[in-house]
Amino acid sequence: MTTTEIAGAPPRATPPLFSRLSSNKLLRFIIVRFLLIFPTIFILVSMVFFLMRTIGDPITAALGGRLSGAQLAERVEAAGYNRPLLVQYFEYLGQIFTGNFGTTISDNRPVVDVLATYGSATLELVIYALIVAFIVGIPLGMVAAALRDRWPDAVLRIFAILCYATPVFFAGLLLKLVFSVALGWLPVAGRASVRNELRLSNISDPTGIYIVDAIRIGSPAVIGDVLAHAVLPGVALGLLTAGVFLRLTRTNVIGTLSMDYVDAARSRGVREFRLVTNHALKPALIPIITVIGLQIALLLGGAVLTETTFEWQGLGFQLSRYLAARDFVAVQGIVALLAVIVAITNFIVDIVAALIDPRVRF
Amino acid sequence: MSTPNTGPRAFFRRLPVVHQLRQSVGLQRAMLVIGLVITGIFVLTAALAPLLAPYGFAQLRDADGAFGAQQEPNAKHLLGTTVGGFDVLSRVIWGTQTAFLVIVVAVILSIFVGVFLGLVSGYIGGWLDRVLVVIADAVYAFPSLLLAIIAAIAISGGQSSFWGGIFAAALSITVVFIPQYLRVIRAETVRIKAEAYVESAKVIGSSTGRIMFRHVFRNATRTLPLIFTLNASEAILTLAGLGFLGFGIEPTSAAEWGYDLNKSISDVTSGIWWTSVFPGAAIVLVVLGITLVGESLNDLADPRLRTKRRAGSGPALTAETSAVPGGSLADVPNIDGLEARS
Repeated sequence: MTTTEIAGAPPRATPPLFSRLSSNKLLRFIIVRFLLIFPTIFILVSMVFFLMRTIGDPITAALGGRLSGAQLAERVEAAGYNRPLLVQYFEYLGQIFTGNFGTTISDNRPVVDVLATYGSATLELVIYALIVAFIVGIPLGMVAAALRDRWPDAVLRIFAILCYATPVFFAGLLLKLVFSVALGWLPVAGRASVRNELRLSNISDPTGIYIVDAIRIGSPAVIGDVLAHAVLPGVALGLLTAGVFLRLTRTNVIGTLSMDYVDAARSRGVREFRLVTNHALKPALIPIITVIGLQIALLLGGAVLTETTFEWQGLGFQLSRYLAARDFVAVQGIVALLAVIVAITNFIVDIVAALIDPRVRF
Repeated sequence: MSTPNTGPRAFFRRLPVVHQLRQSVGLQRAMLVIGLVITGIFVLTAALAPLLAPYGFAQLRDADGAFGAQQEPNAKHLLGTTVGGFDVLSRVIWGTQTAFLVIVVAVILSIFVGVFLGLVSGYIGGWLDRVLVVIADAVYAFPSLLLAIIAAIAISGGQSSFWGGIFAAALSITVVFIPQYLRVIRAETVRIKAEAYVESAKVIGSSTGRIMFRHVFRNATRTLPLIFTLNASEAILTLAGLGFLGFGIEPTSAAEWGYDLNKSISDVTSGIWWTSVFPGAAIVLVVLGITLVGESLNDLADPRLRTKRRAGSGPALTAETSAVPGGSLADVPNIDGLEARS
């Protein structure tokens, strides 16, 4: 709620004033916002649970047709899926509270394990995507704002809409066609070549974030290989958000460029370039930070598609594999876990936004 | 916007899109017109798919025998054939029909439910309002594609017939959209509730239902054409995403671009480009067209972003309170701000 309403406020030029009063308000804001995490997680987890159970029990969904009726009934009985739904629901809530998100049916692994193994890969991908989005979106947004309503602005706005209009998996396939197949510059799929992947998994205490592990190995060849594999997925997913950043930067810089203090700076002889990149940009960045919370959700959704396109062994790739296997316990577990991550990320983003911009505290 | 609104053509001029078209100038008009043209072509293709498509969407052979898989574009198959042996052109054309139906069903459903909940939430207020808003915010913050996947599993178990598939896809998208409509309509309703004419209606003893659905509803729905366009494009992307993950409509029930793209992943690696480029381009074009329309409507509604017709007309007062900066697309609060347009 807060994220979205913050975004409704136009950036103003007044510098933040931290008085004793406002820091009390800040503390109150943080506590209220923290408490809001729980209903959010509770609502999402409940919704996921009940929606998933409308089709029946997960065992029949995964194994129906492969086992006889009696065998199925036995498995359902053993897993407790024949008990009243409410009983199962409260048991599930209790399990989640203790950090147990269930065990997958198709390969019998705890969902938390799946997260621990593949979460780092998704995190790495999302970070690459955010980097691409910032590098592409913010400078281009400034250009579009500075040249408002002239042809570069028109081109950039179309580009921003195209970023949004192109599904990440199609962008990924196009990038592959051009840079991997036609030009042969970059690898088609995966996170590293097989040899390096082996090396990366053999180091002691791996982080799972390949670029960090590669730097720890210290071999330029491995680092280069990991980066080469990261370029296309990072760009495919990053462009999705780059469009949003471009538009946000453009609109906000246009907004702040018409402020009195910018006029004042201009009359003092500050050059137009500096006006855009400094005076107008800084306040315009605040809404971008507040929107990152929503972008994280978008990126996680996009990661599922990107990882499937590039066989990037992350959470999204596993999710689509479990979807194909009709393993709905795994799907439910991963989605519930992502709900927790999204809720916590939004909390952090809101707090950061409140620290930067005192107006958002209520 | 200075429209005198008297005379016989006033009604026509005030129609949603026509009004904005008249209001727009220069680049904005060009974007709006291009968007309208693409959207028009899309709707026509969807309507005329049976006439335009050379083959059926699930057709594997004709009088000369089987089409063969992964045929390069040639005289018989202008855009080649897929790995499954379908004609790419036909599936792209039939795909417009699927996309169009899903948009229509999804948007109508979410408008009905969302507008109703928004009115109730905003007008009645109290704990109901709080609960609805917390739920809507929770759902809104969640990755919409994941939510749509869960909904698709719940509705169809993941596989279905033509209409079953269309409804499953549309309903999954609806679940994602309802919170957005709820927010927008609620924001409007809360504002309208304080207007003098609502007070007057109360004074003369109108029932709550009448005030809600006559006075508030009529005035709260001005922004709907705009949200409609934004959500229509999102509906196509969600449908394609579902199809790409194998949760769309079965290939024998209907043509669906996302499914075709999924099947083309392995083609891409071996340099077969036609199976992915054409369905993908279809998605991009349709979303681009609809987004251009929505984008233009959004800009025209925001005095800060509207290209001024004449020089010297200073920024409107509403600019201070108007829309959120920026990303109208993935960003509903932006539309909340439209209330400033009055």
